[in-house]
Parts: sequence; C-alpha cells; structure tokens
Amino acid sequence: MKIRRKVSMVVLMLFMLSIVAGCSQGGDKGGSAQQGGDTIKIGINTELSGAVASYGTNASNGALLAIEEINAAGGVLGKQLEPLSRDCKSVPDEAMSVSAALVGEKIVAQIGPLTSGNVAGSTPVMMENQIPLLAPAATAVNVTVDEKTNKVRDFIFRVCYLDSDQGRRMANFALEDLGVKNAAIFGSTSDDYATGLAKYFKEEFTSKGGTIVAEEGFVNGDKDFRATLTKIKSANPEFIYVPGYYTEVAVLIKQAREMGITCPIGGGDGWDSPDMVSVAGKDALNNTFFTNHYSVEDPDPAIQSFVKAYQAKYNKLPDSFAALGYDAAKLLADAIERAGEADPVKIKEALEATKDFPGITGSMSIDENHNPVKNIVVIEYKDGNLISR
Amino acid sequence: MVNGLSLGAIYALIALGYTMVYGIIMLINFAHGDIMMVGAYIGFFSVAVLGTNIFVAMAVAMMACALLGVIIEKVAYKPLRNSTRIAALITAIGVSLFLEYTTIFFLTPNQRVYPAEAFPVTNYHVMGLTLSSKDIFVFISAVVLMIILQYIIKRTKTGKAMRAVSLDKEAAMLMGINVDKTISITFAIGSALAAAAGVMMGIYYNSINPLMGIIPGLKAFVAAVLGGIGIIPGAMVGGFLMGILETLVSGYGSSLYRDAVAFGVLIIILLIKPTGLFGKNTGEKV
Amino acid sequence: MQKTQSVKPTYFKPVQFLIEVGILVALFTLVQYLITTGLLNQYYQINLASICINIILAVSLNLINGFTGQLSLGHAGFMAVGAYASVIMTQYMELPFIVGIIMACLAAALAGFIIGVPTLRLRGDYLAIATLGFGEIIRVVLQNIDYVGGPAGIMGITKMATWPWMFASVVITLVVIVNLINSSYGRAIISVREDEIAAELMGINTTKYKVLAFVIGAMFAGLAGALYAHYFYIIKPETFNFLKSFDILVMVVLGGLGSTTGAVIAAIFITVLTAALQSFPAIRMILYAIILIIVMIYRPQGLMGNKELGRRAFGRLRGENK
Repeated sequence: MKIRRKVSMVVLMLFMLSIVAGCSQGGDKGGSAQQGGDTIKIGINTELSGAVASYGTNASNGALLAIEEINAAGGVLGKQLEPLSRDCKSVPDEAMSVSAALVGEKIVAQIGPLTSGNVAGSTPVMMENQIPLLAPAATAVNVTVDEKTNKVRDFIFRVCYLDSDQGRRMANFALEDLGVKNAAIFGSTSDDYATGLAKYFKEEFTSKGGTIVAEEGFVNGDKDFRATLTKIKSANPEFIYVPGYYTEVAVLIKQAREMGITCPIGGGDGWDSPDMVSVAGKDALNNTFFTNHYSVEDPDPAIQSFVKAYQAKYNKLPDSFAALGYDAAKLLADAIERAGEADPVKIKEALEATKDFPGITGSMSIDENHNPVKNIVVIEYKDGNLISR
Repeated sequence: MVNGLSLGAIYALIALGYTMVYGIIMLINFAHGDIMMVGAYIGFFSVAVLGTNIFVAMAVAMMACALLGVIIEKVAYKPLRNSTRIAALITAIGVSLFLEYTTIFFLTPNQRVYPAEAFPVTNYHVMGLTLSSKDIFVFISAVVLMIILQYIIKRTKTGKAMRAVSLDKEAAMLMGINVDKTISITFAIGSALAAAAGVMMGIYYNSINPLMGIIPGLKAFVAAVLGGIGIIPGAMVGGFLMGILETLVSGYGSSLYRDAVAFGVLIIILLIKPTGLFGKNTGEKV
Repeated sequence: MQKTQSVKPTYFKPVQFLIEVGILVALFTLVQYLITTGLLNQYYQINLASICINIILAVSLNLINGFTGQLSLGHAGFMAVGAYASVIMTQYMELPFIVGIIMACLAAALAGFIIGVPTLRLRGDYLAIATLGFGEIIRVVLQNIDYVGGPAGIMGITKMATWPWMFASVVITLVVIVNLINSSYGRAIISVREDEIAAELMGINTTKYKVLAFVIGAMFAGLAGALYAHYFYIIKPETFNFLKSFDILVMVVLGGLGSTTGAVIAAIFITVLTAALQSFPAIRMILYAIILIIVMIYRPQGLMGNKELGRRAFGRLRGENK
C-alpha cells in the first residue's frame, strides 16, 4: 500500500514538473528582449515537418539566406535582423500556437506559413496583435480577403500571385499563343491549390470560347495515371492542363508521352523542380509549359547570384518556394527601411505602399487587396531546358 | 491491366512479409511498409552513390533490411512476446514512426529520384498492350522471389521449422526447434522481400520519399488479410488482386476514391469472411 | 496478494461533494480571471485550449481502448465529423454555438454507431485496422465534398469556444465517463475487456456494451472536434488524418489503458511536451516514437496502470482505508 502511495506521489510530481517545464519554456520567451534592443526580430513560421515539409523548409531556407545577406550588408536601420524560426508542423492549430509564441517574443513581422490553410490558422493571432504576416506562397484568394465581408485582411500580405491569376494566364496562353480550341483538365484533387488552378483555368478558357472535353482528377501520391490517361486520350484534347505538384506531374507526363499523347501539356508553379527532368526525361517534357514565379536558368544577374548563394549554403538548387521565401524577407526588410522604424503598424503601411519592388520573382507592387501585381512568366521545356515564353 | 499485375506483384511481396510475421507471432507489423521504404533508399544510395547496377543494389538492400528486420524484432518485439496484442501493435506503430522520422531527420523530407540510367526503359508493344521493360522486370523478379520463398518453406528444414512454430509455438519448442532463431529468420526473409519491393517501387515510379511506406504498407496488409492472414499463397493472390483492383478503380471509377476503396475492400472482407479467401475458420475454443 | 476491492456502494457524501465542487469553481474562476485581465498571454491560452481538447479526446478514446479493450485507431474521424457538423450549424446556418455542439455530439455518435456495429464483431487486430480504415474513409469523403470546402476546408470560423465552454465540456466529459465506469454499465464494459467469452457466458450482451462504449467515446470526440473548430479558426480534412489518431493513442497509452486520470495526465503532459519542443521539430516525432516503444516495453500499463486518482486514493493518502 505504501508503494502505491509513493507511485501516485511520483506521478503527481512528474505531472507538476512537466507543467512547470512547459511554462518556463513559454515564460522565457515572454519575458526577455525589448522592442528597442539591438536586433529586429522576424518570425519565420513555416512547415518544417509534416505533409508539406519540403516546401516549408525551402521557403524558410530562402528567407534565412536573405536575412543573412541583409545582415552582412549592415542590417536594417542600423540594426541586425534576428530570425526566429519555428515549425508549424503543417497543421493550422500549430501555426496559431507558433504565431502566439512568436508574438510573445516580440517579433515585428512574420514570414510564412506556406499553405493557405496554415496561414489561415495564423491569421487571427496576427490580426489581433496587429503584426503583419507576409505569406510567401499561399495562393488561395481568401487568404488576404475575407470572402464573407469582402474586406481585405488588414495585416495579411502575400508575395506570390494568386491561383486565379495563374489559371487564367495559362488559359489565355493556350488559347492565344498555342491556338487551341479545346482542352482537357487532369489535375490533383488533394489540395486547394490545384483545384483552384483548375477552376480558374476552366472559367477563363470557357469564357473565351474554348471547350473542355474532359475533366479528371488524381490524388497526391498517385503513381499510375495510365488508366485515366487512356480515357482522356479518347476525348482527343488539343491541350491538357495538369495543375499539381511535380511529384505526380512528372510521372504523369512521362506516362502520357509513352502512351502516345503528343499534344501540349500545361501546368502551374507546382511543376517547378529539377526533378521534373530527371523523372520525366527531356523528351517527354518537350511541348510542355507552366506558369512560374521564376526560372533557375534565367540569366538575369540578380537571379543567378541568388541561385549561386543558395547552392553554396544549402547544397541544392533553389526552387520557387525558396525564391519566394527570399523575396518575402527582402521585401520585409525594404518595408522596415521605408517605415523608418521597426514598428509593426508602420511596417504594414509601408508594405501597402510597396511599388515596383525588385524581387527575384519579378518586380512587384502591392495592390489594395494586399496581393502583388506581377508579371507571370510562362516557361517552356525544350530539351530539358527552361525557356521563357 | 498490365500495370495491375506489376503493382500487384509489388504488393504481394510486401504482403508476404506481413503474413509470415503474423503467422508466426500473431503481430501486425505496422513498420513493415517502412522497411520497404528503407530498402528503397538503400537501393537508391547503392545506385546513385556507389554506382552499382540494379541487381546488386537490390541484393544489398535485401541483405541490409533483413538485418534491420532482425534487429527490430530483437529490440522491440521480443520483450513483448507475452504481452497483450494491443501492446505489441502499439510498439509496432512506434517503430514505424521511428523509421519514418529518423529517415526524415537524416535525409530531409524531400523526395529522391532514382537515376534513369539505373534501368534503361524500353517499350514493347505486344498484342495491343504496351509493356515496358520495367513491368517485365518487376513481374519476373517478384515471381522468382516467390518461387524461392515457396521452396524455402516447403523443402528446407528452416521452412519446416517456420511452419511448425506458426502452428503451435510451445509444441515446436518441445520438439527441439529453436523458436527464437526461427522467428528471427522469418523476420529476415520478410524484410528482405519488402526491401526488394522497395527497390522495385523506386524503379517503377522513379521517386522515393520517407513517407512512401505508409499507404502501400496498408494496402499490402489488406492484401494479406484478403488472402487469409498467415497463409502464404493467400498473400500472393491477395497482392495481385489488390493491384488489379486498384488499377481498375483508377481507370473506370475515380482515382480520388482509390485509397478509400482499398479500405472498403478490407472492411467488406472482414465482415463477410474474416479469415480471408484461403483461410480456415478456427473458432476460439474456450 | 492484491487487496480485493470490495464493491461498496458509494454513498453520497455531502461534504466531499461540496469540496469537489468548490475546487472546480475555484479553478474555473482563477483561469477566467487570468484570461480577462490578460495575465495569461495568448500563447498560454492557446495551449490551454489544446490541453482541454486533448483531455476530452484522450479520455474518450480511453473509454474505448482502455476500458472496453477494443483498439480503435480512427478516433480522429469522429473528431472530424463533430467539427464539420458543428461548423455547418454555426457558420452555414448561423445557429448558436450550443446547437453546433449538440449536433456535433449527435453526428459523431451516429457515426460511431454506424461504424461500430459492423466492426465491433471483429477481433483485436482486425478491429484496429478496420477503424483505421474508416477514419481514413471519413477524411477522403470530406475531402471530396465541395459543400464543406473540399481539401481547402472551412476557414474564418468565429471563435466561439471560449474558456467557459472548454471548462464545462471537460468537466461534463469527465463526470459522465467516470460515472459510467463506476456504474453497472461500466462493470459490464470492463468485463468485456477482461474476458469476453466469460462475460457472454454470464449473460452480458457484449455487443451491446461494446457498441455503447464506442458510441459514447465517439460522441465526446465529436464534442472535442466542435471545440477545436470554434477555437482554431479553420478546419481541413487533412488535419484529421491517422497521424492525429496516433497522437491521441500515444496519450492514452502513456497514461495507462484503463485509467481516466492517467489519460488526463498524459494528455496534459504530451500537449505541454509538444509545445516545449516547438523549437526542435525534427526531434519531436522521433521522441514520440521512442516514448511509445519504451513505455510499451518497460511499463505497458502506462503511468497509472488502471488506478485512478479519486476519492479513494486521496483517502488512502490521508491514512484511511489501510
């Protein structure tokens, strides 16, 4: 009986200790550094584990590289930028918790998360505390605009263009540049990014007189598309729109070409990865196009110096998430500079006033919906090389 | 249809591992799919870094995973041999998560691509079907491995020992069979087969990532149950059936519900004939 | 020799009851005060919310896994059903929160019934996989229904799950489940876990009790889902995948299958641990996996085994009942 008592005491104490430990962890973060210290704290809240970990990691890497460069050049307003990087585990409730923790550590702005869902998780905390959030790659329309009230979310910004822009751009490209009259859509249904692209492509394509002859879907993780491709082939499309991520798209295109589907194929920025060529092969990728934020092979000196620096630091080529993360950090630094002080509300105003900021993903101005007005590049694969169209 | 057979062959290999382990220690080894993933990665490094050809890579992966399987058994499952089934299942889940996240930790969550040179692809057009050399390779290797397995089980002393232990562990012990060693061998063989499947997946689908073992693992488990868990020919048949079913669903139905269909099959089987296609109904004696 | 627990009828002891109510009221007011004055900052508030939700999830899963001995791995599916049901009520139909909660509980209980009746006929391991499968089916189905946003889910959910709601939900959950276990229903449920065949022979309709436990467990998971949805602003099918079910399972296992107190303690511990490890993402999952393995090998009964920290325990600590 005494043993049982002792066990319960031990358990109780463990329980207390864990609470205390958890609290002290939180406490440290709350108490220390002040706003007017030597550094300007920037929160980086990205998906470093979980479903979209690879994208979050790359974006975070891009942002950290940018901050490193800025600090090396003297920092902002004479102070060094201090990045606080946390993992939101690809789930929105964790994103909310991370944002709250970061706010407790007195950040002046937050970069990330990546996916629209996780940005939504962060949004209430950022809005309540009036601290700007810069989303590098969230493309859903309702990220910056509350669709119920049609008002823009005050402190939420993004540096990438929207699903609607991308989908429409490709539709117009197909109709005008390639001159096709009908198309098939074969896109991923596992995330809102791809379903969004498909929806806007279809809208624009049909509104300009085109016909959609087939609409099929696949699931992220799929490896075999041949059965559905057979179905699509029999509908004889002149163009196939494949919104999704390169993991699936590369295999899909390869199988399509193997089956004798020779028509042009198009997609969105999710295609962007060197793995496309290694998986699908150069020949399969001929006559394919995608909308992107930037191209690794673009000879522009600013882009090339970014690519080299990224490769030197992380030992791999930067994808567009990395580029967007980089741009987000650089834009933020620019906004702080323009704001004149590291005050979140002033930074928000400076962000709203952004005009022609030279990002490596394009020159951008922030419009009244907190979205960037940018040129969308269409890239063609020719013998494994990327050519801008 | 052809893809169904190749896919089925891969599922069959993984299902065999599940069914053998279940037959011998009544444990659903959740980590089995992840052993497949490790095999795929080892094969990848063998080809990409060491530059070996694909057969050597597969052999290396198989041996490495056989060892891994034995280690896992000794460390995580053996201590629980007399515990409740729930305990063992939960430990298996733990091992599965451990394998996945340790791989992510050391190798990043990004996917890797099997170099195309590892396996030159040529397409053959036979009777209106397109057969790629990959399909042929996967199918034939799988069948060869299964034949070897059948030989081991039916003709060798080790195989006899395995069958004995799965029938009645205590009796086997009393007959002088080294139960521990037999169990280890079972794990080794099962894991080796999974590794082979992993390398094949890498070749067939070109890309691998740390979380690739979860869904195929579950589907292979369904295959094993479908054929009758604990019954080896059942696992083979189950595997092929699952592969074909999946391709059919993708083609005619919606690939969106493809994963759900796999589970649906499982539930239907469990409700109608839980012992599987080849299973015998051994009622629980009080 | 284990001391046999004689089943004494628990008399209603007014003094003890008042003390317990007093403690609850004090706890509630203290936290409420901290929140309204802002002494408890947002980070702690969010974690507190997570703790409450996880307690309800762990305790409800413990009813199924621990007390009834049926290994269910699809608990997140019921949480999803509850979350979506409540959101449809409050956001689409603009009804008050209480309606949302009630619908969540009903919908989840119904789902529990539909899933439970066929699958509870299965034996241990098969049941586990079947429930896992159903959990995934729920997720896939939700992902394909456009009315609830498909893969994007529903965002912009008004924050209705404030501290009073959270607290009340936790208390109600604990009261219901503890009383269920201490009743004749509870004894029947435990007998199913101990030896199903013997229970059948004693005339207990094991299926009925298994389904009962399953449905009640599912209902509270639905409640947790409703709270989650109305605190964290956005829900998407992906959040309720089998990883989430595993998270809850870790809590139940760690706390001890069959101890409600254990489930509560473990839920708090794991939530706090997760928060503490926010700065070490890569290690976190590996750590979970190792915890799971070590607990199962060295102390499979978890922290509390099947002992409870209740009136009797406190009595023992004070020297009574030796």
